[in-house]
Amino acid sequence: MHIVDRRLNPSGKNLANRQRFMRRAKSMIRKAVHESSGSRSIKDADEGGEVVLPAQGVQEPSFHRSATGGIRDHLLPGNKEYIPGDTIPRPQGGGGGRGSEGSPDGDGEDDFRFALSRDEFVDLFLEDLELPDLAKRKVVSAEAVTYHRAGYSVSGSPANLALNRTVRNSLSRRIALRRPKKDELDALQEAIEAFGDEEEHAEKRLALEEELRRKQRRTTLIPYIDPLDVRYKRFESIPKPVAQAVMFCLMDVSGSMTEHMKDLAKRFYVLLYIFLKRRYKNVDVVFIRHTHQASEVDEDTFFNSPETGGTVVSTALEEMQNVVAERYSPDNWNIYAAQASDGDNTASDNDRTARLLTETILPACQYYAYLEVGRDSEHFPPGFIRRDSDLWQTYTAIVRSGAPLAMRKVGHRRDIYPVFRELFAKKTGSEAATA
Amino acid sequence: MSTTLIRAERPLFEGADWEFSTIQRCHDAIQQIAVEELGLNCYPNQIEVIGTEQMLDAYSSIGMPLFYKHWSFGKHFARNEAMYRTGMQGLAYEIVINSNPCISYIMEENTATMQALVIAHAAFGHNHFFKNNYLFQQWTDANGILDYLEFARGFVMQCEERYGEAQVERLLDAAHALMSHAVHRYPRRRTTDLRSEEKRERERRLHDEQVFNDLWRTVPGKETTRQDPTAEERRRSLLQLPQENILYFLEKTAPRLLPWQREILRIVRIIAQYFYPQSQTKLMNEGCATYVHYRIMNRLHEKGLINDGAMVEFLKSHTNVVFQPEFDDQRYSGINPYALGFAMMQDIERICKEPTAEDKIWFPAIAGSGDEMAVLRDIWANYRDESFILQYLSPRMVRHFGLFHVMDDANEPSLRVEAIHDERGYRKIKQALAKHYDVAYTAPDIQVVDVNLAGDRKLILHHRALNRVLLEEKNARMVLQHLADLWGYDVVLKEIDPANDSVLKEHAANPRAGIVPMNVP
Repeated sequence: MHIVDRRLNPSGKNLANRQRFMRRAKSMIRKAVHESSGSRSIKDADEGGEVVLPAQGVQEPSFHRSATGGIRDHLLPGNKEYIPGDTIPRPQGGGGGRGSEGSPDGDGEDDFRFALSRDEFVDLFLEDLELPDLAKRKVVSAEAVTYHRAGYSVSGSPANLALNRTVRNSLSRRIALRRPKKDELDALQEAIEAFGDEEEHAEKRLALEEELRRKQRRTTLIPYIDPLDVRYKRFESIPKPVAQAVMFCLMDVSGSMTEHMKDLAKRFYVLLYIFLKRRYKNVDVVFIRHTHQASEVDEDTFFNSPETGGTVVSTALEEMQNVVAERYSPDNWNIYAAQASDGDNTASDNDRTARLLTETILPACQYYAYLEVGRDSEHFPPGFIRRDSDLWQTYTAIVRSGAPLAMRKVGHRRDIYPVFRELFAKKTGSEAATA
Repeated sequence: MSTTLIRAERPLFEGADWEFSTIQRCHDAIQQIAVEELGLNCYPNQIEVIGTEQMLDAYSSIGMPLFYKHWSFGKHFARNEAMYRTGMQGLAYEIVINSNPCISYIMEENTATMQALVIAHAAFGHNHFFKNNYLFQQWTDANGILDYLEFARGFVMQCEERYGEAQVERLLDAAHALMSHAVHRYPRRRTTDLRSEEKRERERRLHDEQVFNDLWRTVPGKETTRQDPTAEERRRSLLQLPQENILYFLEKTAPRLLPWQREILRIVRIIAQYFYPQSQTKLMNEGCATYVHYRIMNRLHEKGLINDGAMVEFLKSHTNVVFQPEFDDQRYSGINPYALGFAMMQDIERICKEPTAEDKIWFPAIAGSGDEMAVLRDIWANYRDESFILQYLSPRMVRHFGLFHVMDDANEPSLRVEAIHDERGYRKIKQALAKHYDVAYTAPDIQVVDVNLAGDRKLILHHRALNRVLLEEKNARMVLQHLADLWGYDVVLKEIDPANDSVLKEHAANPRAGIVPMNVP
């Protein structure tokens, strides 16, 4: 008998089947994911989770008899009172513990729960979305490099010695130059000793000794490993595109912003964060809040601490400009900014805001999204015309000039995800900014 | 059995923990009992310790250690995993494969007692049955199955690389849908040998490559085909019609399939055939294994090789396995093959040892023979579920389970009790129950009856609707669609009432493009 321990075998043997299944059931899984993402809090939006799939779409049909009609017989255990000839009213819907015999597997299949891993979930959640202008404009001058193996070289550091290759070279050189092997020398030595000191073999012995000497000389002349043989693993440096991003969250926290609006903004930021996190290894987040003056704060303060004052948007842009200059050089960072506001701005500030945006902020940014949050009750059906806010008007002018700026209005929680999708749907351009 | 007992000095194990040496000791002790006392004849054993994920994995690919890739296995895995994680379903303690050496998977979470039970059950009970039952000998090749699966997996993978995953998936979908009608039910000329099966495929391809000559393609074909009415019979016999093995028929006859597609149909068909005996011997196989583990565990306890605690643990698990809820119990879901099988094996032991007057009338050949193992070994070798019940379901068993027979005619307003556990009912119940284990009775009888290869190539199938029970329509439609896709031309399925040969219902399907290229109309 053999006992084999298979516990350490590589796991995930079923992965290929799982992927095939997911591809097969993709449209259904996608639908289920979107439905389930509506019900879960945005905080764990990028956690994996279970989705419920209807069984029909991934049915495996087979020929089998239907569960009704015709003549059928049942054999049941546990008779207590029946005698032959008794009649039993036909149970409805196969209840009463009978009727299951007539329906083989495959027919009454229930929906089943399907657990997605975090990556699978996020993949489906953000499917078809693309970061606009992903190609960093100044990526060529990026400092970061990675090293890839690229063949062998004759020089290098001892740590990179390619032992196999070196010994192989040495072996072929030794064969080519006929360096005597140790076995041959030993054999000769033995043969000589076998002759002993006897007179009659003296001649043969001398010949052998001569040959041994010759071979020994050859052995010393031809080294075991020659510097010629030595090879090193060669690495080539390949410049790596910048793989880090910073996300600026700008928000108006003046009195006119209600909790509801902040909640909407937060949801949008979280989505953007998940999205960036998926594309970049490092994602920094900078929170800048503003009233009539702006400051960089931590997340908790950003969302929770109340603030009062007027509304001067340009202060936030200035603050952002400072932070960029200080810590996030556009050469090394992909900069994304998302601004949330109810649209109010001090009238005299609009020009300054527009100038700041077009001249300094937008050129440094990969993408700038403006989200105008409204009250829940202000959710207008599409096509309903109302007066655009100051900020909206200002930004519309900038968008027309073709800058990487996108803007949307959101009034209700359920709109966040569609709007987000719209903003980042593949092949978004500046034309996307026509809400 | 000898009554002189030599008590072992110490048990094989104490407590729940085990290590490989424990398994080895258990196996050796069990083997001694199985071979010397029960006279079992087994394949050599290979016991593999696996974890939960691997068990789920084995579940999803019908217990086989290696299998080709298909989404349906991923689906089963996802379902089983979800059921297991939410606690709706436990995992089997073991899976055993009909191969030589006989591979049994045991779970690492099991206690030492459970491992001993599993070894007795699978590595000796099932193993003996696999090696000796005539159906397995006739239909399966335990020596070659693992190699064949390896080949199948490799071949499917090659096809995926060469023709694309989508192509192969569509073909496998269609083949899987027809898998239940892809077995030869009657033995044919030669036994299957899966090793040569693989070799044959290689040689045939090699031959094709050698004799390939592109010029043949340019030779103009025959303008007209001769119509000879006397050739009708000959044509049908050449096509081996009627044919109930649908995949076999397609593999040999479907006009537009490519060689690799035929080979994949063949793989699916051969695997279906490999599992065919298992579906016919579920009751006996489990009965045999359960009886064997019960005897062995008791014997181990008698010998002092397992302690009382382990025995109680074993009995608890054993009684769970052989529990048969009654028909009006919420837990009832059909007759438990473990319960009925085990009870019948024990009953046969009783008939051999302490027959009653009734037994002597019913089973004169074995009643009081004394050597129950010889009788059981003979039964395990020469019967399948249907014939086993027909022969050996004793009146005592019918009374024990309180079996009764109910007729359900859709034309009548209510069900009628036909027979119960009384003098007049024993035989009726025995016959009715045996029918439930007969594949010819439980699986719909569908046959390819005709095709006109020279004309429109419409394929005609008949379903002989036993007792006027029709096919489940939605499924039938889908399977028929798959069949049409493989065939490449129209397909008709007629449901026939065997009583008067009238057509009860007709399904038709037109081929879709995808598997075989379609002519643009």
